[in-house]
This record gives sequence, C-alpha cells and structure tokens, in this order.
Amino acid sequence: MKYLLLKHYRGGPTPATDQPSMDHWTPEEIDAHMAFMRDFGARLEANGEFVDAQALSIEGTFVRSDGEGRPPVTDGPFAETKDLIAGWYVIDVESWDRAVELAGELSAAPGAGGKPIHEWLEVRPFHTGTSLFE
Amino acid sequence: MNDELLRELVPSVIGVLVRRGADFASAEDAVQEALIRAVETWPDDPPRDPKGWLVAAAWRKFLDAVRSESSRRGREEADFSSSAPVEVSDVDDTLRLYFLCAHPSLPAASAVALTLRAVGGLTTRQIAEASLVPEATMAQRISRAKKRIAGVRLDQPGDLPTVLRVLYLVFNEGYGGDVDLAAEAIRLTRQLVALTEEPEVAGLLALMLLHHARRSSRMVDGRLVPLRDQDRSRWDTALIAEGVVVLQNALARDRLGEYQAQAAIAALHADAASASETDWPQIVEWYDELLALTDSPVVRLNRAVAVGEASGPAAGLAAVAEVGADVPRRDAVLAWLHERSGDLEVAAELYVAASKAAAGVAERDHLTREAARVRSLL
Repeated sequence: MKYLLLKHYRGGPTPATDQPSMDHWTPEEIDAHMAFMRDFGARLEANGEFVDAQALSIEGTFVRSDGEGRPPVTDGPFAETKDLIAGWYVIDVESWDRAVELAGELSAAPGAGGKPIHEWLEVRPFHTGTSLFE
Repeated sequence: MNDELLRELVPSVIGVLVRRGADFASAEDAVQEALIRAVETWPDDPPRDPKGWLVAAAWRKFLDAVRSESSRRGREEADFSSSAPVEVSDVDDTLRLYFLCAHPSLPAASAVALTLRAVGGLTTRQIAEASLVPEATMAQRISRAKKRIAGVRLDQPGDLPTVLRVLYLVFNEGYGGDVDLAAEAIRLTRQLVALTEEPEVAGLLALMLLHHARRSSRMVDGRLVPLRDQDRSRWDTALIAEGVVVLQNALARDRLGEYQAQAAIAALHADAASASETDWPQIVEWYDELLALTDSPVVRLNRAVAVGEASGPAAGLAAVAEVGADVPRRDAVLAWLHERSGDLEVAAELYVAASKAAAGVAERDHLTREAARVRSLL
C-alpha cells in the first residue's frame, strides 16, 4: 500500500516543540539533521519501501482560469496562506501502522540542541484498487 | 566489445541507412531497435564485424517497418534496392547528426534527448532514467522532436553554437540511473573535437574536463562544498593536465570565444594550491573578456566574486551593485562579500534569503548551513 508522508513549511496542528528556524541552529546540528534524513531515505530503499522523495521550493503561486481568451489569474506568493507544503516521501509499505511508524521516526529527526524536532507529518493513503472498474 | 564502442557506431550506421534512402526518423528508430537487439545478443554471440551487423539488422528493421506501413495503407512498397550508395565519410555523417539533433528549431530538452539517442546511442529508457522522467514521456519527446525536424535534410549546414549549448546542457544534467551524463557529454564533445577545427569546441571540451576533474570534491557526505573549501588533493590531475593542453591548443588558434574564456578561468582555479593562492587579478581579466563576448548578467555576477577576491569585499560589493537584482545567486554573492567585510548580521540574513531562492536541495541546505555558520560567529 502506498502512502504519502507530507512535510509542511507551515500548517498542521500546533507545533509540539518550539524549534527556531534552521539558520539559528549550529552548523553541526544541521549536519546531524541532514545525516539523519539521508539515513532515513537509505533505510527505506534498503527495506524496499521507498518510492519517491521530493522537496519543493518555498516560492510559488496559486493559478486559476479566468475564462476563455483571458490570461489565467494568479494569487500568491503564499505569504498569507496558513499551509505550505515543503516536500514528501512516497512509501510502499505493508500497512497503515507501518506508515504511521515511519512518519513517527521521521518526525524524530534531530534539531536544535540535538533534540528531536517532533514536527507534524501528514500521512495520506493513495487511492488504489482501480482494478474494480477495469 | 563494450557498450561505449557499440554506441560509437550508432551515428555512422544511421548515416548509412539515410544514404540508402531511409528518412532520418525511420532510420533512427531502426538503429535504436537494432541497438537494443545487439545489447541483448552480443554478450553471448559477438559478431565479427559489429558495424556490418548493426547496418544489416537496422536495415532489416527499417524494411519491416516500411512493409507494415505500406500494407497498412495498401500502398505500393517503396523501392530501395536501386538507391546507389553515395560516397560519404563517417566523419561527415556524424557531424551532420550533431547539427540535426541540436537543430535550432528544437526546444532544449528535446535537442538533449535526441542528441543522446541518435549521436550518443543511448536507449530511450536510459535517457529517461537519467532525466528523471517516465520512459513513455521521453519516447514522446523524442518522437515529437523528430517530427519537428522532418523537413530538414541531413546535408544542410548546421549551427555550431546550438550544438555546443546542447552538449553543455548534457554535461550539467549530472547523472541518474546507470548513465553518467557528464561523462557522456565529454565523450560526445571529444568526438566532435575530432570532427571540426573550431576552437570553441575544444574550449568546451577543456571546460568540461576541468570541471569534471573537481567532481569528487564537490559533494562530500551529501553536502555541497564550495570551490574555496574543496579538498584540492582530490582533484583529478590527469583530467586537469588534459584540459589545459586542449585549452592551450584552442587558444593558439587565436579565435577566442566564451567556452575558451570560461575554460581559462577554470584552468586558473585548477592551477592554484588554495583559494587564497589563486591568481584572482588574472581571473578578473578573463571575466572582462567573457563580458565583452557575452554581456551576460550571470558573468557580471561571477566577475564581482573575483573582484572581491582580487581587490577586497568593498570593490566586490561595488561590482555587485551593477548586477540586476533578479539575477540568480546574487544574494549568495552579497552574503559572502558582507561576511568578508565583517558584516555578519547582514551576511546571515542574506544567506537565509539566498537559501529560499536556491535552485536545488543541495544548494538550499548549503546556504542554510552558511547562515548558521555565520550566526555562530556572532
């Protein structure tokens, strides 16, 4: 079963810890965090659970059509929006419980002072089972 | 026979089919199919004449395709038996394929894909993996590109600057899957150097070699290491030596161009034992040459870095002031110059701004870390 582990720049429930932004950590704390993330990805691959990982730039905009013959309307950048996606992992695992377990591990990545950041991650199952309609 | 030698045959085999009367798009498809067959069967049953085998196999594939097409349309089969072979060298065929695949009418990504397939002899799957797109998408991209250039005859003169730009893009694509595109770009540029006297081609090859020589020191433990902090003992001295010789031969022809000037700058970096021992005044002079050739804002920004090293951060900041605010990496350069002048608070803010505008994850993480490093000095 495939799940999306969604990381947010902003949004989600109230943060569990009061972490300063990463540029206020020490360089060594950043290195430890990056090493953790690399290991996490490598472990997923080794387990055969990795599908995809991507990071999104903080910049971007909302776009919608404004009718035929007119250019699309844009709204943004997202300075005012409450929710901003930072990136994701797509994992293919045995069960919902395993997906939650992995999200929990990822959320424990070390942050300032070497303490786990305990950030919220959004876990979303993929719609599958299209075979019913084939 | 290894994979690379096999792939070297591809352009000339396409050339043979085109001279026998096949159109480029069909010839290229047929050779691709023959190539895939070769990869499957040669390890167990290597042919005595690899090129002859490929030509025969590709020609058969081509005729099969024509037959099924004619029967589908209920038309008469075209007659290819009478087309007399024309004497054209492999050199001409290969050179013309470079021009055709990097035709100015093609979007850059399509020219890259087509060059990798028809000149480089890579399979669609390999190109797709290296470009991180699905194979079906890449197949579509290549087939659309071929339709677009369907009216271009293979013997028309080509546009060399476009070819060089495409090879440079291939080089910068890095590597994904089992193909190292930087190495492939070097192979294709090396091959092109053998086909033409144009010094800019050699300039591009020199630039690639000199950059490639630093590759293993550029990322350490998944972290981006800027030129000034790289472990120079890890640089590949054989590649540097080759790059310098190629560059000197190009410069001796006395027709300077932007790739030669960029390679000259890379050679000065390669020649220095450390960032501080670099001949920055001479690098500034090369940037002046480059600016005269291109008038590019990116070059102007890079020149400002060299000015900062050669004449101090104040001079560097003055040079950045002449660069438009929308030029990528401008904040990162400003941050470094402010750090050098002791303005750490401003430098940290600029590194943060630069990290938000970074083009990739490695660059973003590096700039965030630079901000943290400067803050830790406060």
